[in-house]
Amino acid sequence: MSTTTEAPQVKETTKTVDFKTIIDIKDMDLYYGTYHALKKVNLTIPEKAVTAFIGPSGCGKSTLLRTLNRMNDMIPNTRIEGLVDIAGTDIYSNEVDVETLRKKVGMVFQQANPFPKSIYDNVAYGPRLHGIKNKAQLDEIVEQSLKQAALWNEVKDFLKRSAFSLSGGQQQRLCIARALAVNPEILLMDEATSALDPISTLKIEELTQELKNKYTIVMVTHNMHQAARISDQTVFFLNGEVVEFDQTDKLFSNPSDKRTEDYITGRFG
Amino acid sequence: MNNLFQDANRQQISGRRRNDLIWRILFLGATLFGIVALSALIITIVTDGIARLNPDLFTNYPSRRASASGMKSAIVGSLYMLCLMAPISFVLGVGAAIYLEEYAPKNRFTRLIQLNISTLAGVPSIVYGILGLAIFVRTFGLERSLLSGALTMTLLVLPIIIVASQEAIRAVPRARRDASFALGATKWQTVSRSVLPSAISAIMTGVILALSRAIGETAPLIIIGAATYVAFLPESLFDTFTVMPIQIYNWIARPQEAFQDLAASGIIVLMIMLVIMNVAAIMLRNKYQKNI
Ligand SMILES: Nc1ncnc2c1ncn2[C@@H]1O[C@H](COP(=O)(O)OP(=O)(O)OP(=O)(O)O)[C@@H](O)[C@H]1O
Ligand SMILES: [Mg+2]
Repeated sequence: MSTTTEAPQVKETTKTVDFKTIIDIKDMDLYYGTYHALKKVNLTIPEKAVTAFIGPSGCGKSTLLRTLNRMNDMIPNTRIEGLVDIAGTDIYSNEVDVETLRKKVGMVFQQANPFPKSIYDNVAYGPRLHGIKNKAQLDEIVEQSLKQAALWNEVKDFLKRSAFSLSGGQQQRLCIARALAVNPEILLMDEATSALDPISTLKIEELTQELKNKYTIVMVTHNMHQAARISDQTVFFLNGEVVEFDQTDKLFSNPSDKRTEDYITGRFG
Repeated sequence: MNNLFQDANRQQISGRRRNDLIWRILFLGATLFGIVALSALIITIVTDGIARLNPDLFTNYPSRRASASGMKSAIVGSLYMLCLMAPISFVLGVGAAIYLEEYAPKNRFTRLIQLNISTLAGVPSIVYGILGLAIFVRTFGLERSLLSGALTMTLLVLPIIIVASQEAIRAVPRARRDASFALGATKWQTVSRSVLPSAISAIMTGVILALSRAIGETAPLIIIGAATYVAFLPESLFDTFTVMPIQIYNWIARPQEAFQDLAASGIIVLMIMLVIMNVAAIMLRNKYQKNI
């Protein structure tokens, strides 16, 4: 009983690196029709690090994640106010075309959603969209992406096989490889491990630690231990508001807001 | 007390069982009715028509003498019709379905169009014949040509194809579109590379079933003036033509028994063609189910 109410163990951070900010959100409000889903969000996200979004169900974590690659644009009657700046550009300004934005900000969904195509064609889907036709070049991208997603060794002998022949965990890593194949800067993961078994989850957690050397990772998770284990910064949401964000070890060991403390010690949520 | 209850239960149970049996027999009867009627139909047609089911049927033109008659022009007419109708109705039907499902704003006007299309799918075929007569034969001056016929039939099958294609497109999981958009795909890239490949077998199934309906249609073609006696093959889109069901109708209308038998063999050919199309549709559907 007592263990469940303890704050999750934070990974050992030997050095505190000063991260550069890549995403800067200022006074951002989001409405679904008349429903005010995100309220005055102010948040910065560091480059080449893992940022975790935590908070109870329905508090707006996925909504905020989807504003970062403008997937919310496709939901009718969605209105957004305020500033979302990525690498110095307001991504909701008119100069930004959404295809380029989504190429730079990749996304991995909760349910693995491969296309009903071969493993190869799944990974090559993105590069082909953006005009790469050369076979050798595609081969190279597919191999590199699968290696980065720690899937290459398992599938290299049957790239022509249907993606549906893979296990759930492999499919999710395939989706990660597919997202990496267009060479993004930022990778958004919305509860990417929640449908997976512990071993696949561990694999993907380890993967994020590899990937953060090259990419900025923003992930939504319902598992606070996961947030504590693998993230560098944690953001706590409640009812559409960002209550607190801080370095993960700080937020879990010494939260500055009472609500954060209540949530991470399991007193509500 | 105990015994009493047991008896009551037993009676009630046997009553329920009897009830069950009665319903079972009724449903079986309903099924048998259809099967028996269909079997009777097939048996009479085959016994009447099998004797005339020989190469002459496929190589001879219709003639005043039943013994020399064949349905070459009708078979070729039907095939030409199919070849003209299939691409036109596929392109227009699937195109309209893509627009309605993927591009059209979800407003009242779209819903009105949608309602219209669904209604058109149930309009009697003879109405399309009248429409075809007015538009293609008269207004466009295409006369009683193969092209007029094919265009009229296209009108007839379009609503069915649109509705079937829309359903196929709608059945593609949202997650598959999201995956594509999230990689930076445009609308058209998503539709052409993700949605259509997933939907195409179901679309093809719908198209084939719609076309097989058209192959058996007579009324609209009679209205636009397809000939009942054609002793040559159409050489251009603007030639007169006939099709299998019209030829069959023509033969059946004759008093001589020899022509009746000829009609029966024509029906066998038509039915085989329809069965082939339906089997193709089923095979495509099975393939589609494996893909999802
Ligand atoms: N498409 C939509 N239209 C209207 N309201 C929506 C839509 N999507 C989400 N919402 C609402 O916005 C709020 C935030 O939803 P969101 O999906 O961002 O929550 P979440 O924090 O990701 O929850 P969970 O942990 O359950 O995934 C919820 O109250 C939800 O009902
Ligand atoms: Mg969510």
